[in-house]
Amino acid sequence: MSTLIIKDLHVSVTTEEGSKEILKGVDLTIKSGETHAIMGPNGSGKSTLAYSIAGHPKYTITSGTVTLDGVDVLAMTVDERAKAGLFLAMQYPVEVPGVSVSNFLRTAVTAIRGEAPKVRTWVGEVKTAMSELSMDPAFAERNVNEGFSGGEKKRHEILQMELLKPKMAILDETDSGLDVDALRIVSEGVNRVKSNQDLGIMLITHYTRILRYIKPDFVHVFAGGRIVEEGGPELADKLEENGYAEYLPA
Amino acid sequence: MSLATTNYLTPTGREEAWRFTPLTRLGGLHESSITLVDRPSLIAQNLPAGTSMSLENAADFPLRTHTDDQISLRVAEAVSQVSVLRISAHNELQEPIFLNRNSAGLEAEASRLLILVGSHAHATVVISNMGQSVLGEDIEIILEDGANLRFITLQEWETGSVHAARHHAVIAKDATFTSHVITVGGSVVRLLPTVEYTGPGSSAELNGLYFATDGQHLEHRVHVEHDCPNAKSRVNYKGALAGDLARTVWIGDVFIKAAAQGTDTYELNRNLLLTDGARADSVPNLEIETGDIVGAGHASTTGRFDDEQLFYLESRGIPAEQARRLVIRGFFAEIISKLHLSEVEERIMARIDKELSEVAQ
Ligand SMILES: Nc1ncnc2c1ncn2[C@@H]1O[C@H](COP(=O)(O)OP(=O)(O)O)[C@@H](O)[C@H]1O
Ligand SMILES: [Mg+2]
Repeated sequence: MSTLIIKDLHVSVTTEEGSKEILKGVDLTIKSGETHAIMGPNGSGKSTLAYSIAGHPKYTITSGTVTLDGVDVLAMTVDERAKAGLFLAMQYPVEVPGVSVSNFLRTAVTAIRGEAPKVRTWVGEVKTAMSELSMDPAFAERNVNEGFSGGEKKRHEILQMELLKPKMAILDETDSGLDVDALRIVSEGVNRVKSNQDLGIMLITHYTRILRYIKPDFVHVFAGGRIVEEGGPELADKLEENGYAEYLPA
Repeated sequence: MSLATTNYLTPTGREEAWRFTPLTRLGGLHESSITLVDRPSLIAQNLPAGTSMSLENAADFPLRTHTDDQISLRVAEAVSQVSVLRISAHNELQEPIFLNRNSAGLEAEASRLLILVGSHAHATVVISNMGQSVLGEDIEIILEDGANLRFITLQEWETGSVHAARHHAVIAKDATFTSHVITVGGSVVRLLPTVEYTGPGSSAELNGLYFATDGQHLEHRVHVEHDCPNAKSRVNYKGALAGDLARTVWIGDVFIKAAAQGTDTYELNRNLLLTDGARADSVPNLEIETGDIVGAGHASTTGRFDDEQLFYLESRGIPAEQARRLVIRGFFAEIISKLHLSEVEERIMARIDKELSEVAQ
C-alpha cells in the first residue's frame, strides 16, 4: 500500500520575461489501487504537474511538498524517483537515436530492480509484454521512439510501465493521438498493470473518451494551475456535456 | 620525381589549408629545417593468401597521385622505402588484414604506404595506431576495376602523439571504397581522407568518428574530387567534444567538375559539444560545375547535449552518468557499428566512456 501526497505545490518556469508561476497550489492524494482523472483545458498546467513530480529540470518548485510513503520526492534525483516507484508516461516521448528499445528496456529494468534480469526469463518477459500490447517483436531492435507513430510511442510507454512495475503512474495524455483500437489496447495494458500490482494512477486527459476504458475513482478538474473542482466519475459526464467553459476566466 | 625542399614552403598558418592547425604543436612535422626520421613503421599482423606486403625502394615508387600537402611532400622526400601492400585480383578475403604501427617514440618520423587492390578483389584493411609517435604519413590506395576495399584507420594514440596523414584513394570503374576513420587519441591529429575517381560506376563512402577532450586538436579534412561521370560519394563524420580547449575541425570539400555528369553525393557532419570550453569547426563546401547530376547535398550541425533525452532515460531509473554514456554511444552507434569489429568497437566506446567520466569529475 503506497500513498502519494501532493501539498500546496507551486511551480514556476523561467521565461524570457522572468519567472512565471504555472502551478498555483496543487493538493492531491493518490493511494494504491486508486485512479484519479485530472481533466482540464490545454495550457492549464497538467503536464507541468506531471513533469514536476518526475523531476524535469525545467520546472522550479517554489513551495509545497510531494511525498511517496512519507519520503520527500522533491529531494530525489530523477532516477531516484523512478527507483522509488514513480513512473511518468509522457505526452511526448523523446527519441534517443542509436539506442535500441531492447538495450534501453534492459538498462532501465536493471537500474530499477538493482540487478540485471536473467537473460532466459527476460527475453520471454519482453516478448509477452510486447505481444499483449500488439507490438511487433521487430520493435525491440528499433531505436527508442525514432520514427515511431504517435500510437507506437504510447504503446512503448505502457510497455515500459509493465516492465518497470511502478507503484504510482502518471499518464500524461496517453490517449491523445490514438485511434479506437489502439486506445483499447493501451487501456487494457494500463488495467492489467493496475490489477497485477495495485497501481495508483494519475490519469491526465483532455477528453472523457479514455475514461470508458479506464474507470476513474475520482475526477479532478484542473484549471489555471490548480484543482478547481473534485468529484466522482459523474463529474466527467458533466464535463463531457458542458466542457471547461465555466472554469475558464471570463 | 625529385622535389627539392625549396619547391614547397613551411606553412605559416595563414594558408587556407593550415589556418586551423596549431603549427607549434606539430612536433616539427611541417618544418623544413627538421629532418624526418626515415623508418618504416607498419607491420602486417597477418597476410592471407594472395596478399603480400614488401618494402620497396622509394625511387622506384614515387607518389602516384598529386598532392599539395606539405607534410605528404616532405614524407615522400624523407623516406627511402615504401611499404607496398598488394591484394591480388579476384581475391575475396574473408578476414581483415591488420597493419600495426610500431613507432620509435616522440622523434618526428615519416612513413609511406601504397595499397594496390587488384580488379574485383574484396578486402578489409585495418591500420591500428597506438602508443606514442610524432608521425608524418602518406597512404595511397589504388583500386582497380570492380575492386572493393574497406579501409579502417584507428587513431588510438596516447597523449603527446602527433599524427599528420593523407589517405588518398583512387577509385576505378565500378570499384567501391569505404573508409572508416576513428580518431580518439593523440594531442594533435590532422588527417586528409581524400578520394578521386578514374572510371564510371565507382563509389566512395567516407565515415568518421572523433572524440576530443581537454587540449586535443583533432582535424579531418575530407576532399572528394568528382571528375568522372556517374560516380557516387557519401560522407558522414560525427564528433563529440568534452573539456576545456578540446578542439575539432572538419572540412568537407566536395568538388563536382564539369565532366562529372550523373554525380550523386551527400556529405554530413554532426558535432556534439558536451561541455563548455570546447570548440568544433565544421566547414562543408560543395562546388558544382555541372547541372547534370543525380543529387548533391550537405548538412552540418553542432549542438549541445539534449537534456530531454537525458531526462527521458533518467525518468526510467537510469542514473545521470549512465544516461550520458548511453546517449553518446547512441550518437556514435551509426558510425561505430559499421566497423564490424566487435572487439575494436567495444574498446573505442570504453575509452570514450572513461575519458568522459574523467572530464565530468
Ligand atoms: N518554458 C516555458 N515558458 C513559458 N511558458 C511555459 C513554459 N512551459 C510551459 N509554459 C506554460 O505553462 C502553461 C501550462 O503548460 P502545460 O503544463 O503544458 O499545460 P497542459 O499540459 O495542461 O496543456 C501553458 O500556458 C504554457 O504555455
Ligand atoms: Mg500537456
